[in-house]
Amino acid sequence: MSQILDVQDLKVYFRTILGDAKSLDGVSLRVYEGEILGIAGESGCGKSTLVEGILKLVRPPGYIHSGKVIYNGKNLVELEEEEFRKMRWTDISYIPQGSMNSLNPVIKVEEQMIDGIISHIDISYQEAKEIADQALNSVGLPLDVTQMYSHELSGGMRQRVCIAMSICLKPKIVFADEPVTALDVVMQKLNLQTIGELREKFGITVVMVAHDMAWHAEISDRICIMYAGKIVEIGPTLDIFVSPLHPYSRGLLEAIPSLERRFARSIPGIAPSPLNWPDGCRFHPRCSNIMGVCEEVDPPLLEIEKDRFVACHIYGGG
Amino acid sequence: MSRTTENLLELKNVVKIFTRASFELAKERVVYALSDVSFSMDIEPKVLALVGESGSGKTTICKLILGLEEPTSGEILYKGIPVSTWLRNYMKDYRREVQIIFQDPFETFNPFYRVDRVLWTVIQKFGLAKDKNEAESKIEESLEAVGLRPKEILGRYPHQLSGGERQRFMLARVYILRPKLLVADEPVSMLDASLRAVFLDHLKDFKKNGISCLYITHDLNTAYYISDYIMIIYAGKILEKGSVEEVIRNPLHPYTKMLITSIPVPDPTKRWTDKVKIDIAQLQKVSGRETIKGCVFYHRCDYAMDICRDNSPSMKDVEDHEVSCFLY
Repeated sequence: MSQILDVQDLKVYFRTILGDAKSLDGVSLRVYEGEILGIAGESGCGKSTLVEGILKLVRPPGYIHSGKVIYNGKNLVELEEEEFRKMRWTDISYIPQGSMNSLNPVIKVEEQMIDGIISHIDISYQEAKEIADQALNSVGLPLDVTQMYSHELSGGMRQRVCIAMSICLKPKIVFADEPVTALDVVMQKLNLQTIGELREKFGITVVMVAHDMAWHAEISDRICIMYAGKIVEIGPTLDIFVSPLHPYSRGLLEAIPSLERRFARSIPGIAPSPLNWPDGCRFHPRCSNIMGVCEEVDPPLLEIEKDRFVACHIYGGG
Repeated sequence: MSRTTENLLELKNVVKIFTRASFELAKERVVYALSDVSFSMDIEPKVLALVGESGSGKTTICKLILGLEEPTSGEILYKGIPVSTWLRNYMKDYRREVQIIFQDPFETFNPFYRVDRVLWTVIQKFGLAKDKNEAESKIEESLEAVGLRPKEILGRYPHQLSGGERQRFMLARVYILRPKLLVADEPVSMLDASLRAVFLDHLKDFKKNGISCLYITHDLNTAYYISDYIMIIYAGKILEKGSVEEVIRNPLHPYTKMLITSIPVPDPTKRWTDKVKIDIAQLQKVSGRETIKGCVFYHRCDYAMDICRDNSPSMKDVEDHEVSCFLY
C-alpha cells in the first residue's frame, strides 16, 4: 500500500492567558491509500485537533505551531488558503463533528449540495444537480430528500446527507470526526456501515475519529491511540484488541463493559491538562507499570514489530 | 406513613400528553410522550434499567417520578401513596427518600461556591448531623464511600474537578441522604470511558446500603453491566421487560432484537455480517407520536402484520419475561 498522507511532528497550540495549551504536541502519522484509519482516545486527547490541524481548520486562538503535512508532494501547512480551498471536496473532504447540525436550515438539501459543488469545480447547475443526486443515491438516500429542509430529517439522515456531501466530488481521502456520536444504536450501525463502504465503492481512504473502541473494532483497519496530545500506540486493529502494548491502550480496552463481558475496570487518576502536561511520559501518573525513567524521559514512538508502533519505556528506547 | 406495600414505586397506566402549537391555522398538536406505561419496583433494593433511544420518553418518566410533571392520566404511587399526595403533604420526606443524579455533571454545580457546600446544604436541610464534628465525619465517610479522597476534594471549586469526580461527588450526596430510591438519568454519558466503570461500580454498591436505583440510559452495555432488571422503551411505550440476563440473552420483541444486534462488539473478529436497511420511517424526524392507534413499532418492524396497524398490543408474560407484541 502506498502512502497518501504523511504527518510529520505536527503541533497545534491554543493561546490562553495562562500560556499555550499544547493540545496537539508533536504527532507523526502515515495514512496509506485505501485504508480505514481509526483515531481513538478520550475527550481532550487531541483527536479532533489533529484532524483540524491536518485540514488547516484550526481557528484562533489556536494555531499550527510547527510540523508538516505532506499530501501529493505538497506541504499542506504552508499552502495558501485559496489553493487549499480548491483541494477541499476534490482531494480531501471532511465530515465535521456533530455534522447533523451543520446543514443550513433555510435552504433545501439539494441547493446546499449544488452550492458546494459549483464553488469547487467549474460545471453547470444541471451537471451539479446530477452529481448531488448520485451522491445521495450512493449513500442509500431516496431522492425525496433533495427537496427537504434539514429540520424535516432525523439526525441520522442529516448525517448521511453530510456523508453524501463529503463524497460528491470523489475525494481521495475523507476525514470523519465522531461520525456516529449522538445517534441511537440502529442509526449508528447504519451510518458506520456506510462509511465502511466508501472504500469499497469509491476507493476512498477514510480517517475516522471516534472515542468508542467498539466502532473501531467494526470498521477500522488500523487504530491510532492518542493520549495527552501525543500518539501512544499505532497498530492493526486486530493486534491492538488482542494484545495492546501500551498500558493506556490496555486500560482503555478494559474500561468498556459489553454484552459479552460483564466486567470493566477504570483507569485511576484523571487526564492531565494541556496547559501543564506531566514531565516524562505523560501517562506515568496513572500508569500501573511505572519505572524510574518514566518520570523523566518522554518515550519516543518506536516501531517494535512490523507495523506496530508504541511509545513506552517497557519496550525500550528513551 | 406506615402503610405497608410490597412495591416501592409503582406506575399504573401512566399517560403523558404534551400539546403544542403548530404553524397550521393555530391548531393544537398532541404528542403522546408516554402511552400506558406500567411498571413497579420492588421494596428490595435492585437496579432497574430503563433503556430507550432519544425521544422515547425516558426523561419524561424521570420527571413524573420526581413530581416535576403531572401525568395526564394514570397513577404514580410511591410506597402505595400517590406522588402528588407526597409532594403536597410530605414534601421533605419525599425529597429525602427519592433522589436524582442528572446527566451533565458540568451544569449541576454552582461555579461560585466550593463543592463542599453541596454536602453541607444537604446535612443542614435534612438535619442529618447534631454538630459540626459529626457533619464533617459524615462528609468524609461519604466521599470515601465513593472512592474520593476528602483531603483532595474538599475546599475545591467545581472547575477544579474532572467530570468523573463531579459525578461521584453527586453520588456522595446521595450516600449521605440514604434515599430509598435513586433515579439516575444517563449518569455516565458525559464521562470518559476510562472513568465510567468506577462510577457504575459505586452505583451498584448502593444496593447494599438499601438504595434502589432506576438507571435511565440509551446504552445497553452499561445497563447490562449494572442492572438486575431491564425495561425497553420505544416511542413512549414499554415493549419488553424482565431480568437482564433473560432480556439480553433471549430478546423477544423485534425492537429489542434489532437493538441488540446493532450494538458494536469491541472485538474485531466479530464484525457485523448483516446489513441494516434504510426505511422511509427512519427518514423523517420522529418526535413523539401523534396517535395511539396501532403498535408503536409498526412502521419499522420486519414482522408487522395487519393486526399491528390498528391495535395496540398489551403486555403478556412470555418465557419468564413480559413483552408487548402480537407475535406472542
